[in-house]
Amino acid sequence: MGDIVAVTGNEACAQAFKQINPDVCAAYPITPATDLMQRFSSFVNDGKVDTELVLVESEHSAMSACIGAAAAGGRVATATSSQGLALMWEMLYIAAGTRLPIIMPLVNRALSAPLNIHGDHSDGMGARDTGWIQLYSENAQEAYDNTIQAFRIAEHLDIRVPAMVCMDGFIVSHSIERVEYIDDADVKKFVGEFQAVNPLLDMDKPKSYGPLILTDMYHEYKRAQHEVMTKVPNIVREVAADFEKMTGRKYDLFETYRLDDAEIAVVVMSSAAGTTKDIIDQYREKGIKVGLLKPRMFRPFPFLEIAEALQHLKAIAVLDRADSFGGYGPLFSEITGAVMSMNSKPAVINKIFGLGGRDYLPDQAEQVLDELVTIAKTGKVETIKEYIGVRE
Amino acid sequence: MPSLQDYKGQDPAWCPGCGNFGILNTFRDAMVELDMNPHQFTVVSGIGQAAKFPHYIKCNTFNGLHGRALPVATGIRLANHEQPVMVFTGDGDCYGEGGNHFIHTMRRNINVKLFVHDNQIYGLTKGQASPTSMEGMKTKNQPFGVFSEQMSPMALAVAMDCSFVARTFAADSEHLKAMIKAALNHNGFTLVDILQPCVTFNKINTFQWYKERVYHIEPDYDPENRVQAFQRALEWGDRIPLGILYKNNRPALEDRIPIISNKSLLKQQLNPLKLEETLREFY
Repeated sequence: MGDIVAVTGNEACAQAFKQINPDVCAAYPITPATDLMQRFSSFVNDGKVDTELVLVESEHSAMSACIGAAAAGGRVATATSSQGLALMWEMLYIAAGTRLPIIMPLVNRALSAPLNIHGDHSDGMGARDTGWIQLYSENAQEAYDNTIQAFRIAEHLDIRVPAMVCMDGFIVSHSIERVEYIDDADVKKFVGEFQAVNPLLDMDKPKSYGPLILTDMYHEYKRAQHEVMTKVPNIVREVAADFEKMTGRKYDLFETYRLDDAEIAVVVMSSAAGTTKDIIDQYREKGIKVGLLKPRMFRPFPFLEIAEALQHLKAIAVLDRADSFGGYGPLFSEITGAVMSMNSKPAVINKIFGLGGRDYLPDQAEQVLDELVTIAKTGKVETIKEYIGVRE
Repeated sequence: MPSLQDYKGQDPAWCPGCGNFGILNTFRDAMVELDMNPHQFTVVSGIGQAAKFPHYIKCNTFNGLHGRALPVATGIRLANHEQPVMVFTGDGDCYGEGGNHFIHTMRRNINVKLFVHDNQIYGLTKGQASPTSMEGMKTKNQPFGVFSEQMSPMALAVAMDCSFVARTFAADSEHLKAMIKAALNHNGFTLVDILQPCVTFNKINTFQWYKERVYHIEPDYDPENRVQAFQRALEWGDRIPLGILYKNNRPALEDRIPIISNKSLLKQQLNPLKLEETLREFY
């Protein structure tokens, strides 16, 4: 067993990078992800890894350098946040479209304007359609474990898709928590040797990445990408099973908490799930049958599996730490999509919370649960979408 | 007549001893001496320690994205070229992520006043190398030292035929003030690179380091001689010239766009009836 340490989410992810020792990493500073790559550079400095660290002039260049290195045949990683991810936008599609298994911790942070450096999921949600796998983490332990698993998932020979490992900016990235590390040798064995697929550096077999495909085959190319994504859930589960054998820590496409016999439930991702679980315990003591579902894999979204887990409920509240202005919250849209496949249709409401790092406090969870209790009794939904924790 | 008090914004969140304080105070002095009221001009910034500048003065401001101050300033100026538009930025913001905009704004020669707080380091993100960091400088992110050659914004600007190229020093407030005034009085794009010690993250280019090297360009220097300007622009190391290194009389962009050359866009009335007349010409 590895060391048990007190570290931040950023530190834990940097440790995972150190243990995996990627061939190439690119970095451009952006709060709150700066510290992750900076810690990794100290490992480069100390000779703990032999990674080639490329320091560039923008995040667009960081992702471009990663794409070049991955196409050349390297194991590649970087990290970013917020505007950094937004600036990478066109390159994210290139990475996914050319099927390069780049790993990127995304330290979730609000998007401008107005300028804000604190945590919410606007950045990750903005990249949900890029073709990347997205894993969301509740705490530093999950950020560390997800980073290690992400390499195995993304590099799986059946898919070869890039992956983002998301954690809440500051709340997780900069808070010190108890984390169980895995021994270096075990991590190395778990992720395995990197296998390059169609590397540009294989001079005997010339390749071409990203040429023009027009109306003749583009549509088919994109369908192939869709089909690849359908293979991801099983691979995520396979990797999680191996991970559990090694560490005893259980992972799946999503986590459920006191959900099996629940009548009402909250669906929420990342750090807010922890607070919600505490409040659920209090309500359970009062005899209220409430549970939680925490999606871990947001892309691809496990519609059918989630529908199965939620179909016995009377009322569900989906908490989004991002908004789609003029629409429902992005997680709400997915959950209602999942509900469509159910025979019975629970009532579903959408709460937007915690934007720009606004604290998610126990009384917000209580407010949501009280509303769900009423909806379960009356069957009536007053307001579908609403902001909570707002200063009036 | 404005007073210094009119320019007081939020309390700065810069480190004690930061070179930015000198720039802020001198800028306020210059504005008062130029008799410019805070509502009469706009300050645009991006992201970085320098980009906090507009928060600390009271005037029209636009704080946008990292590297992108110049395009926003260009837009503001094109809509209303009767007001001065100034950009306060840093070496990372302007020469790094905004490098492309820097080059093309010089080409366009829009009458925007660019002030670069050049501390040769990324201060806001806590000490990574910037484009003007000297080769070999070690930082937490550049553990083997900077491999890239140091960028010379002065030489680049002269090469781009930038219409006004000056360098000054944050601690030399009289010189800084003179450069701010000269830039504001020049018609065309102006670059003022302000050497600014970062007391927390740059332990090489300190007050002392700059102080030992900077000198004022001689009064008989001809800033319109481009070849000579190029030589001065490349001077870095034992001696660093301060002053107007280069200027020319290229027409500003605003003067070349026919529809705004006489009257700013803001003051022109939109007349839909006239638009219809114009459209009819095509039928």
